[in-house]
Amino acid sequence: MADKGGEQMLEDRIQEWRSYLHRREAIDATDVDELEDHLRSQVADLRGAGLDEDEAFLIGVKRLGELDTLSREFAREHSERLWKRLVVADVGEAGTQWGREAFVALGLAVAAGIAIKVPELFGLSWAGSERAQLFYARNLSLFVLPFLAGYFAWKRGLDSRGLLRLATPFVLGALAMNLLPFNPGGHTELLAAIHLPMALWLAVGVGYAGGAWSSHDQRMNYLRFSGEWFIYYVLIALGGGVLMMFTMFVFGAIGLDAEWLLESWILPCGAMGAVIVAAWLVGAKQSVVENMAPVLTLLFTPLFTLMLLSFLTTMVFTGSGIDVGREVLIGFDLLLVLVVGLLVYSVSARDPHAAPGFFDALQLVLVISALLVDAMALWAILARISAFGFTPNRVAALGENLILVVNLGWSAVLYARFIGRRAGFAPLERWQTAYLPVYAVWAWIVVLIFPLVFRFQ
Amino acid sequence: MDIGKDLVAASATPLVLAILSEGESYGYAIIKRVDELSGGELRWTDGMLYPVLHRLERNGLVEASWGRSESGRRRKYYRLTDRGSEELANQRRQWRVVNETLRATPFKRFQLVPQAI
Repeated sequence: MADKGGEQMLEDRIQEWRSYLHRREAIDATDVDELEDHLRSQVADLRGAGLDEDEAFLIGVKRLGELDTLSREFAREHSERLWKRLVVADVGEAGTQWGREAFVALGLAVAAGIAIKVPELFGLSWAGSERAQLFYARNLSLFVLPFLAGYFAWKRGLDSRGLLRLATPFVLGALAMNLLPFNPGGHTELLAAIHLPMALWLAVGVGYAGGAWSSHDQRMNYLRFSGEWFIYYVLIALGGGVLMMFTMFVFGAIGLDAEWLLESWILPCGAMGAVIVAAWLVGAKQSVVENMAPVLTLLFTPLFTLMLLSFLTTMVFTGSGIDVGREVLIGFDLLLVLVVGLLVYSVSARDPHAAPGFFDALQLVLVISALLVDAMALWAILARISAFGFTPNRVAALGENLILVVNLGWSAVLYARFIGRRAGFAPLERWQTAYLPVYAVWAWIVVLIFPLVFRFQ
Repeated sequence: MDIGKDLVAASATPLVLAILSEGESYGYAIIKRVDELSGGELRWTDGMLYPVLHRLERNGLVEASWGRSESGRRRKYYRLTDRGSEELANQRRQWRVVNETLRATPFKRFQLVPQAI
């Protein structure tokens, strides 16, 4: 009986040792198998010489050599392994699951690519009449985001109640976009078309969280996911651009014009499918590569801070005011979105237990200078808004500005407290995730309420 | 005896190739064979053998295949290829030159001291 216990302990220790080896990037699964065979042979021989399991295991491991040195030797022989590969990420026990996921993701990507072509069967051509183009503008996100939500629903194994809750916003969006009597090409229609993707993107987050959408951690993960997704999407789009250029070029070389193929097939189907593929890649590569969004944030936070500070200084010294044109408010909204993005992605990647450092102070300077710049813009706009009147565009832009200013303002307070060591970092994280529903509510207001209030103009 | 790191590294290739020329083998058995042949004088850090085997495999001097041990465990066996045999002959010539040169120098005398006693 005691012997049995010793055997079991030996198995446990070998398993532990295996997982320890496995964490070394330069040593892959088959190497671990090979080394395990060596260790077991050694242990068997030592046991045969009269040692107990414990001693035999310790001597066997010691003879294999120190792990750091060993992994360095393996790295020298297999340097390519340090450059992790994407598609062959880890075909171990997780291989079948991985394959199934790839299969489902690619299937959904193809389905999204086909879905965007379905309206053409009903005479609504992608590059057709103004009516058709407005139809696509209103419904674009409805052709692809349901597939993305479905992907997450499948991945997380949502039950029927979860599915129902996930489907509701999509149905609501589809009804609103196609039943409300929009004035064709009017402001409310375009605003709704712009805000629906945002509203639905946050709805996809419910699927991502597997229904646990009130969980702070799940929301943070969805924010991280969104940042990485965006980067992958841009990369895929760049690749797609190159593909289209060469398609034009090679067909042009034999005197054929491939533009129709690109415009009506490759571009729309590719753009839709890439949404799903990018989402799948983020999940597949999660453990393989460093997240890019925080790295970009680290690079650009100092540069944007510098830009805003020099802008403020210039304004003070030259005394020139902000020229309030049509696009100014939207421009400043986008600036705030960018600053919120820099804030969120530096928050998402920060070790919450680390003490405040230089970068936190820089982040605070960035937020405050963005708030100052925005305050000046708002001042200039509000001074003249009575003359302009309240159009749907202006109300939407002002509302967004307000929402972002509240976020940044409170973030600045929390940052100041954190840097002054009067509070931890956790409140900042929680503030960002707690604020997510505000964006969703606002986006839905613009989609559903604005058309009614402004009489579909 | 502790053999210097450089000498261990330099002798690993001909030793492994020579042992494999006796027939197919696997890591642990190769280590045991080195131990046996050197009378326990030449000891490697066991794990270091594997990167050497992988390098020989990559260079096409040995080929590997997965088989089973007596107890049914997965085990990776290595066998010499034709190129490996050529390389072994090549190494033998090189080591002979080194050996003969050493023997022609006063180095020989140091080597002979223990025998004289």
